[in-house]
Amino acid sequence: MVTVKSAEKVAMRDVFGDTLLHLSQIDSRVYALDGDLATSTKVNVVAEKNAPKFLQMGIAEQNMMSVAAGLATTGLQPWATTFAAFLSKRAIDQIQVQIAQPNLDVKMIGAYSGLLTGLTGKTHQALEDIAIFRSLANMVVLAPADGVETKKMMEFANEYHGPVYIRLARDPLPTVFSEDYKFELGKAVKVRDGKDVTIISTGTQTGRSLEAAEKLAEEGIDVAVLHMPSIKPLDKEAIIQAAEETGAIVTSEEHSIYGGLGSAVAEVLVEEKPVPMLRIGVKDRNAESASNEALLQKYEISSHHIVARVREVLKKK
Amino acid sequence: MSTLLDQEKVVVLKQKAAETRKLILETVHHAGAGHIGGPMSAVETLVSLFFEEMNINPEDPRSENRDRFVLSKGHSAIALYTVMAQRGYFPLEELNTFDAIGSRLQGHPDMKILPGVDMSTGSLGQGISAAVGIALGGKLCNKDFRTYCMIGDGESQEGQVWEAADIAARYNLDNLVVIMDYNKLQQYGWAGVETERDIPVYAPEKRWEAFGWNVISINGHDFQEITKAFDQAKAFKGKPTIIIANTIKGKGVSFMENSYSWHARIPTDEELKAAIKEIGMGV
Repeated sequence: MVTVKSAEKVAMRDVFGDTLLHLSQIDSRVYALDGDLATSTKVNVVAEKNAPKFLQMGIAEQNMMSVAAGLATTGLQPWATTFAAFLSKRAIDQIQVQIAQPNLDVKMIGAYSGLLTGLTGKTHQALEDIAIFRSLANMVVLAPADGVETKKMMEFANEYHGPVYIRLARDPLPTVFSEDYKFELGKAVKVRDGKDVTIISTGTQTGRSLEAAEKLAEEGIDVAVLHMPSIKPLDKEAIIQAAEETGAIVTSEEHSIYGGLGSAVAEVLVEEKPVPMLRIGVKDRNAESASNEALLQKYEISSHHIVARVREVLKKK
Repeated sequence: MSTLLDQEKVVVLKQKAAETRKLILETVHHAGAGHIGGPMSAVETLVSLFFEEMNINPEDPRSENRDRFVLSKGHSAIALYTVMAQRGYFPLEELNTFDAIGSRLQGHPDMKILPGVDMSTGSLGQGISAAVGIALGGKLCNKDFRTYCMIGDGESQEGQVWEAADIAARYNLDNLVVIMDYNKLQQYGWAGVETERDIPVYAPEKRWEAFGWNVISINGHDFQEITKAFDQAKAFKGKPTIIIANTIKGKGVSFMENSYSWHARIPTDEELKAAIKEIGMGV
């Protein structure tokens, strides 16, 4: 197990800013592109401490992504960052035609992904980004669980040649991984052993799933948690193995129930190893602006909802 | 520093232009697919770029220091392919594979499979932004290559064109030259309504000037004017250059000129014969 329990909460965006600054200092190819959200995404750290590596692209996401493609053809490695909602919906044609299809070395950082976007509501929440990005050929789609994994993923993305989308969260989260954690593309990470059921989770939802597993342990339900940092490519073997070992699956993501991790896992299970399976995610609804706690409750993705879903799937075993 | 082309050179370029027009018509006729009007209006600019202006080598199409070209109006791909084939990027016979399964000559240019294509295009408004990125990359890497990009006038209805215009001016990309193929027709547009505001883009010179660009307006079918414009762009420092190339859609064939119905129509055998005869006489 590579997990740690830490009371200290860290925001992915802070880790992102510091890590990109470091990469921009050690790698001459690395440039940060901002769609004028630097103080939100924290890419302002690069602007303030390594100004020549910061390229302001203004409030024009479509142009930013096409410019990133052009930069990549000259041997540079652009890291384009804006809110996940704008990357995945406003600039997706540019990303597909000029970055994914030509397989260019552009890194895309979707800040403020998911439901918890700091009282901003429907326009700024990204509940479809996994579904959209994973449908693009050549695209790598990643979602870290905490700050440690954010850093490791960025270091991986810097070494990897090709388009990578990383979805990040806004607010501080408990730390899941210890510093010696190693991220591997296309590999699931078992963060908790268990024999009754497996929760397969990604991104921010892994922390909530671990909380749910602890609550269930008090009832005598032994829950495994399989974290999926790499949604594309997907670790099919780990999913099949989890189905074989525990006989029931609950997927858990801060994303729509359509097209995301739940769909990806269902695609594997239906073809390879059908077992009872239920999904946690935002149902077919538009969300709204509210506090994190209120949103987790209303849109049914809190650890309490995961607990209920696990009990439900066990009845189907 | 006037670099007027000598008459001999002009004759050679005109022959290339005529040959390009024939190849466009033959290829589209053979494939039963493709565009005609837009490619025909772009011919002189492309011939001038590939045979005169750009520092390129078909033997080494990925050279770091080569000049770049992005065809932002990607649906005019056949004009680019016919010029590239004549320039030696691939055999002329390969034009017969245009739009066929497995071909490197896709309906819209694909940089992954055809060396010499510097950006995949086809979704309008995107190519110019990529050209901005290439030119910016050249500056950041201290390379002295130049970046050329052709946009359409219809394409200029895309908002992204103006996002790109803004960023290019902010970063003082004087290594970037955009040519607008101003043939004044689009696929359907406001056809039948004849006021000056119903052309694809109204008052382009004023718009580009307002965005902070160096603006040059020329006859886009005149090799002397094209060459002079490229020279002026090279000498102009501190701003990107837009060349408004006033052209005729379907140029070179009387019954195709200025007709929006020839945007993407396939010529019959008889039409092809008549068109090639006209082009031959025009040399």
